[in-house]
Amino acid sequence: MPLLEVNDVHAYYGNIHALKGVSLTVEKGEIVTLIGGNGAGKTTTLRTITGLMKPRDGHVIFDNEDVSKYPAHAWVSRGIAMVPEGRGVFAKLSVEENLELGAFHRNDKENIKDDIEKSYEMFPRLGERRTQLAGTMSGGEQQMLAVTRALMSKPRLLLMDEPSMGLAPVLVDVIFEAIERINQEGMTVLLVEQNAHMALQIANRGYVLQTGQIVLTDKADVLQKDPTVQKAYLGIE
Amino acid sequence: MNEELRGTIKTGLIAGVVTLSLGMIGILVAFNKRFIVTDAVTLADLLLFGMAVIAGYLGASSLKEHSMGRRLLHGGLAGMLAAVPTFLLILLTLVWEGIRDSFINVEPALVSLLTLDNENVVVGGILLIVVFGVLGLVGVGYAQLPVRFRRPISMSLAWTIGSGVMSDILIGILRPRMSNDTLRSLFGSTGLQPVPFVVLFVLLTAVFFWWQQGGQTRYQTLRQNFTPRQQKSSRRVSISLLVIFLLILPSLLGVYLSEIFNEIGRFVLMGLGLNIAIGLAGLLDLGYVTNFAVGAYIMALLTSSSQFGPENPWSFWLAVPICVVAAMFTGFILALPVLKMRGDYLAIATLGFGEIIRVLARSDALKPVIGGAQGILQIPAAQIGGFMAQVMGYILNPINNLLSRFELGILATNSNGDIVFGNPPQLYYLFILASLLMLFISRRLNNSRTGRRWMAIREDEDVAAAMGINTTNAKVLAFTLSAASGGLAGAIFAAKLGSIFPSSFELLISINVLALIIVGGLGSIPGVIVGAFALVGIPQLLSEFAEFRLLLYGIALIGMMLVRPEGLWPSEVHRREIHSHGEDETAVPVSVKP
Ligand SMILES: Nc1ncnc2c1ncn2[C@@H]1O[C@H](COP(=O)(O)OP(=O)(O)OP(=O)(O)O)[C@@H](O)[C@H]1O
Ligand SMILES: [Mg+2]
Repeated sequence: MPLLEVNDVHAYYGNIHALKGVSLTVEKGEIVTLIGGNGAGKTTTLRTITGLMKPRDGHVIFDNEDVSKYPAHAWVSRGIAMVPEGRGVFAKLSVEENLELGAFHRNDKENIKDDIEKSYEMFPRLGERRTQLAGTMSGGEQQMLAVTRALMSKPRLLLMDEPSMGLAPVLVDVIFEAIERINQEGMTVLLVEQNAHMALQIANRGYVLQTGQIVLTDKADVLQKDPTVQKAYLGIE
Repeated sequence: MNEELRGTIKTGLIAGVVTLSLGMIGILVAFNKRFIVTDAVTLADLLLFGMAVIAGYLGASSLKEHSMGRRLLHGGLAGMLAAVPTFLLILLTLVWEGIRDSFINVEPALVSLLTLDNENVVVGGILLIVVFGVLGLVGVGYAQLPVRFRRPISMSLAWTIGSGVMSDILIGILRPRMSNDTLRSLFGSTGLQPVPFVVLFVLLTAVFFWWQQGGQTRYQTLRQNFTPRQQKSSRRVSISLLVIFLLILPSLLGVYLSEIFNEIGRFVLMGLGLNIAIGLAGLLDLGYVTNFAVGAYIMALLTSSSQFGPENPWSFWLAVPICVVAAMFTGFILALPVLKMRGDYLAIATLGFGEIIRVLARSDALKPVIGGAQGILQIPAAQIGGFMAQVMGYILNPINNLLSRFELGILATNSNGDIVFGNPPQLYYLFILASLLMLFISRRLNNSRTGRRWMAIREDEDVAAAMGINTTNAKVLAFTLSAASGGLAGAIFAAKLGSIFPSSFELLISINVLALIIVGGLGSIPGVIVGAFALVGIPQLLSEFAEFRLLLYGIALIGMMLVRPEGLWPSEVHRREIHSHGEDETAVPVSVKP
């Protein structure tokens, strides 16, 4: 049984048919990537998974339960965390306070401190800046913060919406290495990316989304060699 | 003319214009009736001559690099210039007979104040300039003092002057405990007598000096060396002392001051409530008076023995929870339509609600139900009777007997053995109980999961939503809980006054509550208390202030925004937020490991 199963989901913004029957699965312990161009429906897919958006048709099943049965906003306590598009951090709070807020639904106060220390071990740059206001950090540092803050909720599935957006190549490497490391420690990741090259390097499997439809899916290394993917997303003619 | 000279002239003239304004709006004359040092120095003198000292201080401290002579020159000049605008006013009164028709406050009392009571006003005016010049030199001298002297002197001066200004309180507290002669040797009708004033000043200076020169560190090391057990018991002792102090406070204060405390208590209650919406959740609610009004009217409707009350009026204690729930329900209902609004729009919408409530309370349509402009009368005071009062009497009466030997007491039973919360010292217990309860709840909320959600929403609603926080729920909850405390304040208010009128529920209440939160420090719970003391307590204590209340509010708010925008007792987050604005230093990490 996969941890996450998206089954023939249709979603609309008013009359705009944004998802036209999307299906995908994520097994426990995998990194799965969802690649696609601007406006393909990647963010919309994530929104239906968290329940922020109700699909008009189809099901999202997380951990054997239909997500639509959740009360609104219950996804965090059910074990899903999201790193939102465009790295939303609380600009006027310190790094440490951002991390504390990441644990907003947890009750185990003692462990929160330990987990914050673990975040600093993962990204020493955050540890050096624990009292700095998040808004004054570089884009890469903010993305590190967004990732670790998502982890603070102790999720079983981590959704990431274009973590490489707007980052210098060096920083993209740092972030992707971290994703791999998190995954090796047992985290299941669904990674939405336009940077197909990087995403396919660390992912186990991938899906290609085009105007609201999955047009291709396979093992990541196979997709890397696929001529259409190479042409459309890897810039290889 | 060189840069520095121009600066000094500007400083002096600004101080002068401020002095002139204080005189023209009547503050100087009004304040001239209250002595700080009996028969010697009034509050007006303090403002007037203080301005010269400040001008001198600022005039000298703007030039750091120069010789003592240059500084004295600049300080003296600034001081003298500070008297020039008022001198021009004096000259104007000579040539313009009818000046009072246009400027009502330019009265003989003001002229004689500004001319040091001289017969010849021109001589007097020139004398004032000279005196101001000398005081400017004093300001320079003060600026020259090393900080380790300057700080204790400033602190001690502030406290001594404060004691002089607030001598009413001290007299009220000391009168039952002192012979009249002793009292008269310490205080005049207002203000401290000269000798006690000087003695107090010297003593306090010595204490502050000692504290700064080692007392503080010694005290801190002493506390650090406490074993955990000692720490615990010292905490316990200080908390017990505080509780005892709070319990006997009204008997210490007397009726008049207790009433002022109750007013402060009412605003602390409302402040704590509004702080939940504004301080914690960041929802700018300008209609907080709504909740207060609902609490008061429900209390009136349930307990009044007039035609507006029920056939069998309820007891206060049964009605209070209903009032609180009704206010929360109102908060909930009002939250629903405004949830989608943010910032300015929310503020305007809530402002509208506040006005609607006031209009409704006044309206003829609702007059048969809630009395219209005539309000609702015959609301009984809260009281405890019967068995409960008996039990409490068993405990309270012996304590009161013991305390009465020291002219003290606590909550008391009346001749029937009932406990009636009728007069201010008795009502105090109601307010303190309610305030402590709300303080406790506020603190718990602040540190709770809900508090963390509110913080996230306050900081950034979109990010909060993306983190899986149900922003709608959290906002409705903030409005609802915020209303509770206002409803409680309203309920006690109705039982306290015995009657309520729509005029008690005006926009000004919402503004007062908002102002005290801001002055205290947004989001800070101790700040609410400090703010209520500053903005509700002080104007009540100084009757002279009453006339200028709104003006002084304005000055206080503007001054706060300029000098200390984070409030008197800010919360940590808010303080940093304000001080990080546009300052580059925060862009560098505060603590970088090597
Ligand atoms: N709030 C909205 N209202 C109306 N249409 C929307 C809304 N959000 C997204 N859409 C539309 O839905 C489609 C899918 O958008 P989505 O944000 O899922 O794309 P995406 O794959 O995440 O793109 P990008 O890589 O640019 O982030 C787009 O055509 C977009 O215009
Ligand atoms: Mg997107």
